[in-house]
Amino acid sequence: MRATFTDAWLAYRLRWKRRRILLRIWRNRKQIERRSDRTKQIMPGAILAFSTVRNEMLRLPHFLDYYRKLGVAHFLIVDNASTDGTADFLTKQSDVSLWTTSHSYKLSRFGMDWLGWLQWQYGSGHWCLTVDADELLVYPQSDNRDLQALTAHLDSQGLPTFGALMLDMYPQGPLTNVAYTHRQDPVTALGWFDGSGYRHRVHPVFGNQWIQGGVRDRVFFQADPDRAPSLNKTPLVKWHWRNVYVTSTHHMLPRRLNQVFDWPSKTKMTGALLHTKFLPDIAARSSEELDRQQHFENSALYTGYYRNLIAGPDLWTDRSVAYKGWQQLVELGLITPGDWR
Amino acid sequence: MSLGVVMLVHTDFDRAELMVRHWAEGGCPVMIHVDSDVDDTTYDRFVANLDDLADVRFSTRHRCEWGMWGLVAATQDAVQHLLTDFEQVGRVFLASGSCLPLRPISELRAFLDASPQTDFIESATTADVPWTVGGLDRERFTLRFPFAWKRRRRLFDGYVRLQQIIGIKRRIPKGLMPHMGSQWWCLTRTTLEAILNDPNRRRYDRYFQRVWIPDESYFQTLARKHAARIQSRSLTLSKFDFQGKPHIFYDDHVEILRRSGCFVARKIWPNAQVLYENFPCATDKAAGAVRPSTGTVDRIFDKAVERRTRGRAGLYMHSRFPNMEKANGIAAAPFSVMQGFDALFPGFQNWLALQTEATVHGHLYAKDKAHFADGAEVFRGALSDSARLRDYNAQGFLTNLMWTTRDQYQCFMFGPADTQSIRWLLAHDTNARVWVISGAWSIPLFLSGRSAAEVRTEAARLQRRENQFLKTLRAPDAHARLHIYTLADFLENPRDVLQMLIDQIGGHKAHALGQLPEMVDLSGLPVFLQELKNQGMHPFLTGHLSEEMHRRATVVSEPRSYVVGHK
Repeated sequence: MRATFTDAWLAYRLRWKRRRILLRIWRNRKQIERRSDRTKQIMPGAILAFSTVRNEMLRLPHFLDYYRKLGVAHFLIVDNASTDGTADFLTKQSDVSLWTTSHSYKLSRFGMDWLGWLQWQYGSGHWCLTVDADELLVYPQSDNRDLQALTAHLDSQGLPTFGALMLDMYPQGPLTNVAYTHRQDPVTALGWFDGSGYRHRVHPVFGNQWIQGGVRDRVFFQADPDRAPSLNKTPLVKWHWRNVYVTSTHHMLPRRLNQVFDWPSKTKMTGALLHTKFLPDIAARSSEELDRQQHFENSALYTGYYRNLIAGPDLWTDRSVAYKGWQQLVELGLITPGDWR
Repeated sequence: MSLGVVMLVHTDFDRAELMVRHWAEGGCPVMIHVDSDVDDTTYDRFVANLDDLADVRFSTRHRCEWGMWGLVAATQDAVQHLLTDFEQVGRVFLASGSCLPLRPISELRAFLDASPQTDFIESATTADVPWTVGGLDRERFTLRFPFAWKRRRRLFDGYVRLQQIIGIKRRIPKGLMPHMGSQWWCLTRTTLEAILNDPNRRRYDRYFQRVWIPDESYFQTLARKHAARIQSRSLTLSKFDFQGKPHIFYDDHVEILRRSGCFVARKIWPNAQVLYENFPCATDKAAGAVRPSTGTVDRIFDKAVERRTRGRAGLYMHSRFPNMEKANGIAAAPFSVMQGFDALFPGFQNWLALQTEATVHGHLYAKDKAHFADGAEVFRGALSDSARLRDYNAQGFLTNLMWTTRDQYQCFMFGPADTQSIRWLLAHDTNARVWVISGAWSIPLFLSGRSAAEVRTEAARLQRRENQFLKTLRAPDAHARLHIYTLADFLENPRDVLQMLIDQIGGHKAHALGQLPEMVDLSGLPVFLQELKNQGMHPFLTGHLSEEMHRRATVVSEPRSYVVGHK
């Protein structure tokens, strides 16, 4: 009885939270300025990608190629005051619509307000992929079946969301020694990851799994594991105008969208986001972060973390696993094909 | 005798057109039914595109909703048209727009000609087959289903529930024995005419209009009534997931489809270019007549269903997070936990590792760090030895370790001084084998050389924690395999206990023990324990120790000598 009451109260509070976020998205809608609008190209049923970027010239060419090949029809990107020509590059792409802003990334809930406004306008009824430029989605069969096939399967199963685990990729040797050339697949430069050691628990509020662990947890957050980055994400969603992302793409509202897993032991299909954060620009980015203090939740707490990153540590151990493809991730139990064969 | 095709189409008209052409070029008249929900422009364009084919006709359009009568009505009409329009048709093959012929039509025809007057229709009685999903098998035929399952789920469920509560049952028409099976069949003209011209057809139709998913039972049931010879199998390869939805075939399935030897497969992903380019493809003439064999396909997809519904035991991940309290086994593989052994035998870990092929960890849950087997800072699966990270989710640490090392047997030491938060898991996991020598915590205290008065508090704490642990292990709902000895009991006969321990790890590969590990010198321990008692701290978990007992234990631990008789 009491549990029912608590749950109803939580549901009520979260409904208001969602409305507040929607209102906030609407209030902040003028923070972004239209730079090139090609949204007329969007056909019904097209798969859309949403992203906020800042100085991503290193990753963007490969990023766009990668997702084009996976079947993303249109990219809706917000550029947060890049200085390396990112905006010009994106304007030239025929399938990218670009908005720019110089407002605070942190105050816009890490870009979620800006993207939320774009999703609200253009996302309804489409499968929407919300990823950062350093995230590459892999899923079972991703080398020979595109997102159209994946989303059609999810539709037929009546699943509105697709969950993915963030997998931090790192090089062998110090971070400062990575050799990476333009348009190269970042995974060839950052070929390693932690094969296990991901901690799972059910998030008390959002009802999804809260996953922490991986290399950043192992190396940088031993002293304060509670602060270690969350690795559970829900990047692919059949959008409805009511939906909102709460913190980055980790949690969503309404809560049922977070149910990317079956209770108790059935296994829905999930994927992974290969996180290519540790490319050679990591030191420069980290020192910039230190100046801007724009990172998550508690910037002060992350100071030590960024200092460590600037020093270019070696994250590799002889227990690291070399990335070989989605089959390997299935074998390791990091992703699962569900019943998609 | 010629083969005619009835094709049901409701989407992907470009692909459907391609398929119609396949059938038509193979010399089959095609009767197409297009769902009446399809808008007129699309329909007209589809009809116009197929204008050039003489033997392709369109039948009266019905509204086909999944699980409802419309599909059967559409099939009946189309079959009727086909049989009247094309006198020469001796057999009718039911297909859909997303059915792809895997082998040339001529091979299918040759196959059919080899078994004249045979109906190929999968049909089984509901009592014998567990195919159905959602718990409705027999009830499909005894309840009424006027509401569409897909669109009006609540009404559907509510009405089913209502009928179950009231206890309404429909009478199955006399002379019918309900059968079910794949909706894709190939029937002879004789059978079809008998079904369509059955004097009781109106009665049967009225009955089936309220049966759930009649397209899987109407022809299946009536064929049993009229057919002369039934081969109960479908010539169309189709697999279903655990919700009863068809699996879709993609480009990467090209090889298994080729090897299946089936004539037609469904459903095909509309963008599966490779499949549409490769099929139909003739089989090797030299190999003789290839018969359909779906073994490989069945294995792959049955495994998928099992993986989806059961998952992999011991795996905790994004989409698999079983409730530990209800799980049968918690960790991925059996493992052994030993408490007190390393206090009694200083070289116990190395000894155990030599005796068995297991990985023997030290105190994985020690306060300072996780002592992995090879003293590694980072163990397999990149598990860190940091105590902080481990204790942050102690159960997760153990399940992760057991998952990544499930190819090798794992043992670890445990003790009352360690982090106790995995206590519950150790007691409740069917995979856990827990060996405890209770009271062995007194040995390091005794060996430390400090007086009973100094260690009294520490001893009390350890005893309290060990007692808690034992209580948890002995809970009525605990599933672990337990072997609990007091120190005194153990010293009675260490060899037998250690032999059992090795046997359990090694299974049939275990061998008789040679030398036992070296035991610490316990002389003086009884006195020490007595002093603890004198301080008011009764070490009740050790059992009753006496000086002689320890001496006897050392004797017993020598290898036993057996007299081997000579002839």
